Amino acid sequence: MSKYLLDKFLYTVDRDPDLVERYRDDPAGTVSWWEQEMANRLLNCHSGEQSTWLAFSDEERRSLREHDHVALFRMGAHPFLTLTLFIAMFERDHGPLEYQKAYGKALAHLSLPYPDIST
Amino acid sequence: MATVAAVIASTHHPFYYRASTSSGADRPPFADEWVAKIEAFRETLTQAQPDVLVMVGSDHFHQLWLDNMPQFLVGKAPFFDGNWYNEEREFGLPRMRLPGQEDLAAHILRQGLDADFDLAFSNELRIDHSVTCPIITLRPQADLPIVPIYTNIFAPPLPQPRRFVALGKAIRSMVESWPSDARVAIIGTGHLSLELGGPRQFGEHGPDPEFDRKAVDWIASGDVEGCLAEVTLESLHAPGNATHGFMDFMLMMGAAGDGAKADYVDSLDLFHTMEAYFTWYPNGVPA
Repeated sequence: MSKYLLDKFLYTVDRDPDLVERYRDDPAGTVSWWEQEMANRLLNCHSGEQSTWLAFSDEERRSLREHDHVALFRMGAHPFLTLTLFIAMFERDHGPLEYQKAYGKALAHLSLPYPDIST
Repeated sequence: MATVAAVIASTHHPFYYRASTSSGADRPPFADEWVAKIEAFRETLTQAQPDVLVMVGSDHFHQLWLDNMPQFLVGKAPFFDGNWYNEEREFGLPRMRLPGQEDLAAHILRQGLDADFDLAFSNELRIDHSVTCPIITLRPQADLPIVPIYTNIFAPPLPQPRRFVALGKAIRSMVESWPSDARVAIIGTGHLSLELGGPRQFGEHGPDPEFDRKAVDWIASGDVEGCLAEVTLESLHAPGNATHGFMDFMLMMGAAGDGAKADYVDSLDLFHTMEAYFTWYPNGVPA
């Protein structure tokens, strides 16, 4: 489990308008590219330095490729990051607050305590 | 020494800017009441005639990230740009630029470190809606120099609630020991019960109205001990998964002082989360 890497994906995509569109339109391709090119990039640091050890598990990769926000929640991805990015991608296809409410309803089977989001 | 002209605690609702500036069919039915309450709240700061604003908030994974996450951070810079691309996108927030008060920031950093708060600092900080929302609501002309102070209520492991209260007390004391004749308002924003990205989000009210009622009572009556007796890092999960933002209200209770009753209290029950507004005048209500 690499909650940190899930969060890093959500964070880096959410802050880049082009990546938001790319992830909406081609989730599988974007996740593959991101894991190859971005997963090991040190953020907020000099360019050209990389880590060497970050990779998704199969279930993490699947959840991201399938825009599966319920699975991301279950795995402990930071809910603020997931919500913000998914609103950016999908709110436009729905009426006011319709997407946000449906997003919550898809999680209605969950009860406290929620999965731990500590990284 | 500087004077604490006001201590102000508020929610920071990112939808206020759009709701208050929209018109016609886009204007939500609750906008007029919300604007009236905000304008009355704004008057409590205006009456205090502040020269400088200490602004306590929390970065929402904008500049601060999990590869290097401070618990408490003071911004020391001549200017602070405000708001981020994803806040323009989701909330329609405008880009802003606020002047900084570096002398007070340096004083807080030195005094805080010497009082055993290992404060991080930033000399180039882009502030987000936790600081810009109270500027929009309380000082929309954005003309006063600020010292932003960020707390981590967002990326666990978090500091304990009593640490927030203690830092609030320390900030009050550090402002009062700043060698200046300025009038300083200490403003901090947090949340009552709140759920983000979970099953209880975007309901008719906040996710836990009972917690909200208790929280407003604790804050309004300055019941720091009562609040600390019930609120733990663990207990804050129950009212909603983003309710740890309430610890910024606890910080402001520390700044206001044990047993200090708020001079101004108001709230507004909105969908998704309740709004709440508090002002204390430690040196007397302005004439």
